Amino acid sequence: MDVKNLCDYLGWLYYQYLLITGIYVLEPWEKSIFNTVLFTMVAMVVYTSYVFVPIHVRLALEFFSGLFRSHLSISAN
Amino acid sequence: MIENSASKLLNGDTCLRTSNGKKSGRNGFVKKHCLHQQQKCHRPKEVSHIVGHNAVLYNKPFVESFEETPLLVAVLTYMGYGILTLFGYLRDFLRHWKIEKCRVASERDEQKDFVPLYQDFENFYTRNLYMRIRDNWNRPICSVPGAKMDVVERVTHDYNWTFEHTGTVLKNVINMGSYNYLGFAENTGPCADSAAEATVKYGVGVSGTRHEIGNLDKHEELEKLVARFLGVESSMAFGMGFATNSMNIPSLAGKGCLTLSDELNHASLVLGARLSGSTIRVFKHNNMQSLEKLLRDAIVHGQPRTHRPWKKIVILVEGIYSMEGSIVRLPEVIALKKKYKAYLYLDEAHSIGALGPRGRGVVDYFGVDPHDVDIMMGTFTKSFGASGGYIGGKKELIDYLRTHSHSAIYATSMSPPVAQQIITSMKCIMGEDGTTLGQERLRQLSENTTYFRRRLHEMGFIIYGNENSPVVPLMLYMPAKIGAFGREMLKRNIGIVVVGFPATPIIESRARFCVSAAHTKDMLDTALNAISEVGDLLQLKYSRRTRLSDDEEADHLSYLVSYED
Ligand SMILES: Cc1ncc(COP(=O)(O)O)c(C=O)c1O
Repeated sequence: MDVKNLCDYLGWLYYQYLLITGIYVLEPWEKSIFNTVLFTMVAMVVYTSYVFVPIHVRLALEFFSGLFRSHLSISAN
Repeated sequence: MIENSASKLLNGDTCLRTSNGKKSGRNGFVKKHCLHQQQKCHRPKEVSHIVGHNAVLYNKPFVESFEETPLLVAVLTYMGYGILTLFGYLRDFLRHWKIEKCRVASERDEQKDFVPLYQDFENFYTRNLYMRIRDNWNRPICSVPGAKMDVVERVTHDYNWTFEHTGTVLKNVINMGSYNYLGFAENTGPCADSAAEATVKYGVGVSGTRHEIGNLDKHEELEKLVARFLGVESSMAFGMGFATNSMNIPSLAGKGCLTLSDELNHASLVLGARLSGSTIRVFKHNNMQSLEKLLRDAIVHGQPRTHRPWKKIVILVEGIYSMEGSIVRLPEVIALKKKYKAYLYLDEAHSIGALGPRGRGVVDYFGVDPHDVDIMMGTFTKSFGASGGYIGGKKELIDYLRTHSHSAIYATSMSPPVAQQIITSMKCIMGEDGTTLGQERLRQLSENTTYFRRRLHEMGFIIYGNENSPVVPLMLYMPAKIGAFGREMLKRNIGIVVVGFPATPIIESRARFCVSAAHTKDMLDTALNAISEVGDLLQLKYSRRTRLSDDEEADHLSYLVSYED
């Protein structure tokens, strides 16, 4: 039962997506182009964030902890 | 197809709304309109302006609302158009390189070096946006367009480029789109009978103009009756409403005259004003400050360069604006017209029969004196279920028009059964047929209007216009929703009219319902339920006002409620 509800809900969501982006009126092949492009873009954004965000976070952390440590050592003197 | 894409988005009857730019050519004006609309960024913002400082002029509350477009919706609408435009360019590219067959008119090879014919925005729009949802328009129907109608089913196998009739008929579709305000579009009853009698007696064709052997006793009778109905000295009937405007304004105004025209005036008025050769200035929709400013400037400065006074100043307004559902602020217009000694041309195409306690249009609705309006124009196409138009006014005016109007001199006169239909329906409205049927229809129409508008409002849709106007525009905004709304409603057996650019500003696409006296409460409820269902499906209930301003509207609603039962 729940699965059916979920399917309905997803169908509804997809319908809203079609209407809001306007691709509701496009021909199927155009729809697939749009979906593919959008999907690829989203996937790339997700992938790049997956690859680069941790690196940047680590670098940032190192930088700040470096600052902190040097600060500590200064204050120890 | 190409030559008239301006009118396409409307079900054939073409209420194309244009601003009257002076110089723009036939294709230019629509675009101009769109730009114009966007710049000025819609009408007086915030909502119900319940008569401002001129309240003394009105004998009843004047509640008109144009709820602002929610920002998010506006952004998403532009985004939708952006995406569709991109795909339009893609398709044009494919057509250009012959990857895809080009099914629309395009320049021939030998024309390639000339000025391009099919590259302006309008053609692009027709080809790439309108075409995709074209199935919502020009649908053939095969019965009388009364409260219910039969629609011919069509299918398309090539995405709306061509249609095929399947041979089946969709029966008993509720008709929410015809301008059948009083329900006189019918094939039974006294009107139809008398029209049939007239056909038997006179035939259908007249084959002559009013000046020649085309002047029947029926026409004279009709004109006398119209004059009596309107409460004016004299009147004249024409075979076509559009031509009544576009051919008579040129005989009333000319070079050296100034025409002040509402920006949302009907194409026929715009065309008439252009043909007249007078100078045209456009004031903001129903905005009296704007009109007054134009009048004052016109009188102070006179004609450009020479500074001679204008020969005549004519104000062109409509009774009910058929795309906005708004009613002209007639008492204020009349006050201004008197103050500045201008002439007033009032087009009552939608309001005659549909407004006022006696069905005599906006003049009756506001209770003003018909003699204050110099030229009363209207059509028989809407409330009377016939065709043609009239002009009413002083006897001198009508005598002048009889000899000068092109549509009187050069056009074949009105078909006798049509004239008879108008006579019978008008007598019915006036109660001269000895029944109260006309009064009942009027009452039914105003009840239906109030009920329909109130329910839509409660459901949370954004609807435009005056609370008493039987034209009810419901805002859709997004391009895909225009198509989806029409299709979903037809699936639920309800026929409606959806309207988009160029008939409206590009982001303000809407569905337009016309309430009729022929609708029963059941039909309205069925329609309303379907609208609500589709509204939920398409997420159309944009209005943020239902709960918000309950207090503000309390008295207005109590007024509505008392109306209801
Ligand atoms: C304001 C106005 N004037 C004139 C006309 C033209 O009338 P007809 O359809 O009778 O030619 C219309 C028709 O829609 C209209 O709305």
